[in-house]
Amino acid sequence: MFRSLTIEDCLSLNREDLAAESAKEIEKMEPVLKSFITVCKDHEFRSGEFAGIPIAVKDNITTKGVKTTCASKILENYVPPYNATVVEKLLLHGFTVVGKTNLDEFAMGSSTERSAFFPTRNPWDPTRVPGGSSGGSAAAVAGGEVVAALGSDTGGSVRQPASLCGVVGFKPTYGLVSRYGLIAFASSLDQIGPITKSVRDAAILMSVISGKDAMDSTTVDKNIDFLKDMENGISGMKFAVPKEVYDYEQLDSGVAVLFDEALKLAEKLGAKIRKVRIPSMKYAVAVYYVIAPAEASSNLARYDGVKYGLRVEEKGLKDMYKRTRREGFGEEVRRRIMLGTFTLSAAYYEAYFNKAQKVRRVLSSELDSVLTENDAILTPTSPITAFKLGEVKDPLTYYLMDIFTAPANLAGLPAISVPYGFSNDLPVGLQIMSRRFHDAKVLRIARSFEKNSPYNSNGRIRLPVVKA
Amino acid sequence: MKTVIGLEIHVQLLTETKAFCSCSANVFEKAPNTMICPVCTGQPGALPTVNKMMIEYAVRTALALNCEIHRFSRFDRKNYFYPDLPKGYQITQYFYPIATNGCLELDVGKERKKVRIRRLHIEEDAGKLMHEGDAITKAHHTLVDMNRCGVPLIEIVTEPDLTSPREARRFLEKLRSILRYLRVSSGDMEKGALRCDANISVVDEKGFSSNRVEVKNMNSFKFVEKALQFEQNRIIQALKSGSNVEKETRGWDLTSKTTVSMRGKEEESDYRYFPEPDIPPVVISDEYIEKIKESLPELPDQKKDRFTRDYGIPELDAEVLTSTRELADFYEECVKIKPKPKEISNWIMTELLREMKNSESEAVPISPRHLVELIELVEAGSVSIKMAKEMFPEIFATKKMPRQIVEERGLKQVNDKDVIEKIIKQAMEQNPKAVRQYRSGKKGVLGYFVGAVMKQTQGMANPQLVNEIARKLLEG
Repeated sequence: MFRSLTIEDCLSLNREDLAAESAKEIEKMEPVLKSFITVCKDHEFRSGEFAGIPIAVKDNITTKGVKTTCASKILENYVPPYNATVVEKLLLHGFTVVGKTNLDEFAMGSSTERSAFFPTRNPWDPTRVPGGSSGGSAAAVAGGEVVAALGSDTGGSVRQPASLCGVVGFKPTYGLVSRYGLIAFASSLDQIGPITKSVRDAAILMSVISGKDAMDSTTVDKNIDFLKDMENGISGMKFAVPKEVYDYEQLDSGVAVLFDEALKLAEKLGAKIRKVRIPSMKYAVAVYYVIAPAEASSNLARYDGVKYGLRVEEKGLKDMYKRTRREGFGEEVRRRIMLGTFTLSAAYYEAYFNKAQKVRRVLSSELDSVLTENDAILTPTSPITAFKLGEVKDPLTYYLMDIFTAPANLAGLPAISVPYGFSNDLPVGLQIMSRRFHDAKVLRIARSFEKNSPYNSNGRIRLPVVKA
Repeated sequence: MKTVIGLEIHVQLLTETKAFCSCSANVFEKAPNTMICPVCTGQPGALPTVNKMMIEYAVRTALALNCEIHRFSRFDRKNYFYPDLPKGYQITQYFYPIATNGCLELDVGKERKKVRIRRLHIEEDAGKLMHEGDAITKAHHTLVDMNRCGVPLIEIVTEPDLTSPREARRFLEKLRSILRYLRVSSGDMEKGALRCDANISVVDEKGFSSNRVEVKNMNSFKFVEKALQFEQNRIIQALKSGSNVEKETRGWDLTSKTTVSMRGKEEESDYRYFPEPDIPPVVISDEYIEKIKESLPELPDQKKDRFTRDYGIPELDAEVLTSTRELADFYEECVKIKPKPKEISNWIMTELLREMKNSESEAVPISPRHLVELIELVEAGSVSIKMAKEMFPEIFATKKMPRQIVEERGLKQVNDKDVIEKIIKQAMEQNPKAVRQYRSGKKGVLGYFVGAVMKQTQGMANPQLVNEIARKLLEG
């Protein structure tokens, strides 16, 4: 049964035909899910530990000779001259990249509705969004089109869609995975992470893609064994739960119930739960929406119609710039570029950007101090479950969905979303966040929930039955 | 009226690779867009990594300019749109430059003046635009050459301590000499390796200061001086007539030999500087700085002082001889082989520098051996000083050793007594009358016999020797 295969499952199989099976599933499911922007046709079977295992890569990660669009008109026909470091590593270990998955344009969004091409559907209910921005990767994994996928997470873009699609999504510590070849949204927040059908798979992919990279000077040299303590459980651990979770008015009641259930399970497994206050957490979204657009406004300046991508010809340079960028970028991207341009302008730099940087440091140190006394911080991943396409229109409502995920990016911490039950038949995710470079611990805790969740069978998460 | 000038200087560093990628930084006159990679062309997803040599070169320069080196510095982004800037921002150091508070000493007349340096920071160069047709306003289209994108630069900003266009030029020349001593830059203004923008204003007798004008496009030392002279006069004229000049940016125009307005105050951009998130801060240790300090070469001023002291040559000689490290080394090599400091200095200051100037050569093409051998030939009387000077251009052009040229041209002086005696005896036999005249007291006739020898030897006979022998034979 290809659709439920994990990386670990594949290891004991004949893998020559896996890519073909993946292609068959993609062909069958794509009319419903629309996870992919580009499906790769000719796959070379590479040798290596993970030879032949089909994997999907978010379309904001460069693939040499294969279109990489960022789901934007401005890069609709862009073919990168180089592979991202993570792609090089996947190929080196034998993985077969079967396609490039859909996303919110330039990873700006939480529903994949903001792709310039088409929205992706949630495999649990195709009338609903898969979350975002790595919605294509999450849907492709949950829908059984691939064994695993890579996404990118700037404010929750791996964890939130994983939560909404009922799969595992891991955002590593900032600096563990090279960003070389990840088309930048907000450089100080962006991190590539795996989306998988099991926590162990997330750990396996981490051991493949992590490591210091000479091409990315923000990467660090840490030798982490992601799998070593995986099965050791959580007995004796201390978990902090921010009271701010309960202060949050938009928290879905079904999500709240499951979250409390998860906490009880943790206690049953020998962990202690402690309620804490993280006062700056309520500013996380505000800080995030100052810093991320500021960096984005600069990162996206290169799409000017001069060198590559879309150019709308006009008389004169300025008009060419203007029309190219107006027609090439979608509404949300333009909104964020304007926001960022404003907050970086000399007159407002102190009031917005610099103040946001200060609050970011305060939040970071508050999280650090909670995490020196506790093994992890637990929250729901998303305050709500998958919503209907077109249901959320107001940008602020959108932004507020990042409330629980954005802090990990602002502080550079590792955080995972692991499925924990269903609210109205839609998956709910539990987020586990820990100290910098304690990624193995995050995975170990997540594995314990996965193994013991009453909603899983034999420690395996449930996958949807999609009607193709 | 008092003129106030401050300079902003961009220096291209001679590192092997570019500032933030591993492309070669030697891009001068290379075919367009052949020295590029995903990083320096701003491909989506590409990231910068810092060239360590660039940091070292910046620290070397900052130390030579007596700057305070900062243990912590950082890169920032300067955001603006232009086709020669592929990322849409330039990586520079705005908030925390690597060095500040330096100075450079300048000899003005009899006194040594300190020109303060406000800051020195590292940044990347932009590409080049080629407009189809000459004028940017008339071009049908424009081509972009990205070879220069990411070539490392340091920007040096002075305080407004310069008081004349001449001084500004002297400052730049001195700076170039230091940069070349340090081997951190070629310092060629004409090739764009050294670029200078100037801010100039004039304060009148009542203490009223004119608006400040920025002058650009001055791509030689001469033009810096000319443009600033023009601008200085323009401002003084305005002040004299009771008005003021606009606060604006002007460019030196080669054809009209004037400055023309480029953009006014209202067009000043907001560069939206913010910390470059892709590059961690640059943290350097005291040990690192000490190590570089120890490796610094002797600088022009130090060398000049030592030359006057150790070789006893005049200050002017020392100044000229130390103008480049190559020339100074050449001089010292020569003196080491042949301890005649003043004589060697004379040869270099006149013959060598003239030839170098004529051939527009910046390097010394001959070896110390060439010059020393020539001097020794004169000393030995093998060639006359006049002949030696005549030979010099050939030595310079062909790099042949002086002895070889002497032999080839048959230039060697005739010092053979027998040869000379034989010619004189012959002449005496042919002209007994002249012999008698000499012996009767008409000593002037000696010239006739000397002339005869010179004629026969094509002027190669040693004149002293000829005189001596002729006198001896005639007096019999």
